[in-house]
Amino acid sequence: MGLLDDLRFFGGFKQTLKQVVSPRVTTEYPKAKRPKPPRLHGRHVLNRYEDGMEKCIGCELCAAVCPADCIYVRGADNPEDAPVSPGERFGFVYEINYLRCIHCDMCVEACPTEAITESKLFEFSFTSRADAIYTRAELLVDDDGRPKRLPWEDWREGEDAHTSGWMRATAPSGAAAYEGTVQWSGELGYGVRPPEGGQSGRRDDAATGNISIREVAARKIPVRLGGKVR
Amino acid sequence: MGDPLFLHGVDLGAFVIALVKVVVAFAALLVSVLLMIWFERKAISDMQNRIGPNRAGPFGILQTLADGTKLFFKEDLLPERADRVVFRLAPYLALLPAFLVFTIVPVGGVVTIAHHVVELQVADPPIGILLLLALSSVAVYGTMLAGWSSGSKYPLLGSVRASAQMISYEAAMGLTVVMVILEAHSLSTRAIVDSQAPHFWMWNVLRLGVVPFAIFFVASTAELNRPPFDLAEGESELGGGFHTEYSSIRFALFFLAEFMNTVTMSAIVVTLFFGGPDGPGFHVVRWLWPILWFVGKTTVFCYVQVWIRASLPRMRYDQLMELGWKQLIPLSLAWLLIVAGVIESASWGLGLIGACLVAGLLLAQALRVARRRREALAAAELRTVGLRPLVDGGEGRG
Repeated sequence: MGLLDDLRFFGGFKQTLKQVVSPRVTTEYPKAKRPKPPRLHGRHVLNRYEDGMEKCIGCELCAAVCPADCIYVRGADNPEDAPVSPGERFGFVYEINYLRCIHCDMCVEACPTEAITESKLFEFSFTSRADAIYTRAELLVDDDGRPKRLPWEDWREGEDAHTSGWMRATAPSGAAAYEGTVQWSGELGYGVRPPEGGQSGRRDDAATGNISIREVAARKIPVRLGGKVR
Repeated sequence: MGDPLFLHGVDLGAFVIALVKVVVAFAALLVSVLLMIWFERKAISDMQNRIGPNRAGPFGILQTLADGTKLFFKEDLLPERADRVVFRLAPYLALLPAFLVFTIVPVGGVVTIAHHVVELQVADPPIGILLLLALSSVAVYGTMLAGWSSGSKYPLLGSVRASAQMISYEAAMGLTVVMVILEAHSLSTRAIVDSQAPHFWMWNVLRLGVVPFAIFFVASTAELNRPPFDLAEGESELGGGFHTEYSSIRFALFFLAEFMNTVTMSAIVVTLFFGGPDGPGFHVVRWLWPILWFVGKTTVFCYVQVWIRASLPRMRYDQLMELGWKQLIPLSLAWLLIVAGVIESASWGLGLIGACLVAGLLLAQALRVARRRREALAAAELRTVGLRPLVDGGEGRG
């Protein structure tokens, strides 16, 4: 080990001093939160059509596909004088046990009517097992089309607006030619949601709630790497 | 010499003043440790792009208090195979030297209170700086007995490491202290500080050359088991080292001792090499400025300690021993000879510089030859084992 190697050893001191003036990568979490990506898998919502009808038809495909076995659905015939959903049947019982749910979103993929989608909320905790089972009453969106806020859920402003990100990410047929093409029905309070831009170039990030990770992180990335930090 | 407070015997006034000094120093030291732990956590989080503690009090400044309170109410476990008495005693043995070393640090100038000449330091014994060396040796016992009495393997390994390390670095540390003593012609810390006043070019760090300061700083860091020399704790290999088995308030005492040592050692560095409370003062509140200078300088060195911790990875044990025995001790020995020679006369100084250079070159050559032989030996040993052939996938030469 020569003298020059010994001196190189002090490079670490320069590095740590540089870090002092560079921006923090951590946030003051419960107070401030990072923006969430639109396709984040959070707790579910049961959607409604624009006329207020429920989308769920009680087909139990979500329960069948669920790998964690956390969904329980029972369908029932729509009452003729006051139908709940436009079709023949509706989801009479709909329960999700969040102690078992792994948020894989397979229920969302399986659903033929886009009735069940996932919101971006994952910050919720409960103190009893009964609270962990969300029933239709809690999962169904309210009359404005927004998810119901339960007392143990930490909703922030604007977070309840984008509740169907993953569903709108890819074309249901899976074919690339359908990318960016609307293939879903309208939602209560929001109408027909615009598709995610993907690679089609027709993107409306404000409407889809899309965020560029690079833009979010720009405040932490130096200019020479494409960020905003000088 | 000695403390001028007791020059005319010990009367009630002197007694009260001494008592007040002890109480104030005790309280100030405890508060400084609270601040130091917070400061270290904040400064190191700055260097790691984090925010650090920010929940308790403004800027998280009460975090240490919260942690201490939490530790206080935790269960105090005593291992079944522990030596019960020694296990309970060890944290106090670690804490006591940390407190006592601070007593000899001159915090401020000299003031007169009620016809008593009062030096702003807890005590000014004539043996002065020797107390530092003695107490830093006592501090080894705290660590060593803690590990030994735990009745557990890893703490024992940690304590063995700690005692070997502390003894190794004490030699280099002692030699640099001797240089300071030679320059100041006194053991008393007050005299050492006075000899460095009133200009900054009189400070020992410049008068002795930077080398003794550097050696002392490295050696004292090793003596305190602070990173990068914290092998006694070695979380990655010893699961916490000598205090693995400690919990609750006893663990807090070790923590307290460690950080108090950091503050105290920064204060000692300032005293020995940076003129202590020396610095330009102003005519308003004349007694305050030296204290501010002292606190400022000490804070700088506390920051440097944190900076070192953030920058350097922990050393390997053989590297630690090599740095101590093969580099710091010869270097400090040679520098001591040169300092002594220069103080005696110019011709002695030049002669000893020459002698030390020759000796240094000889030593370097000897080390180089030794290393070459070791490498040759290792290569020869490898040859007898044989290298596994890479291509044929066979057994290789056995």
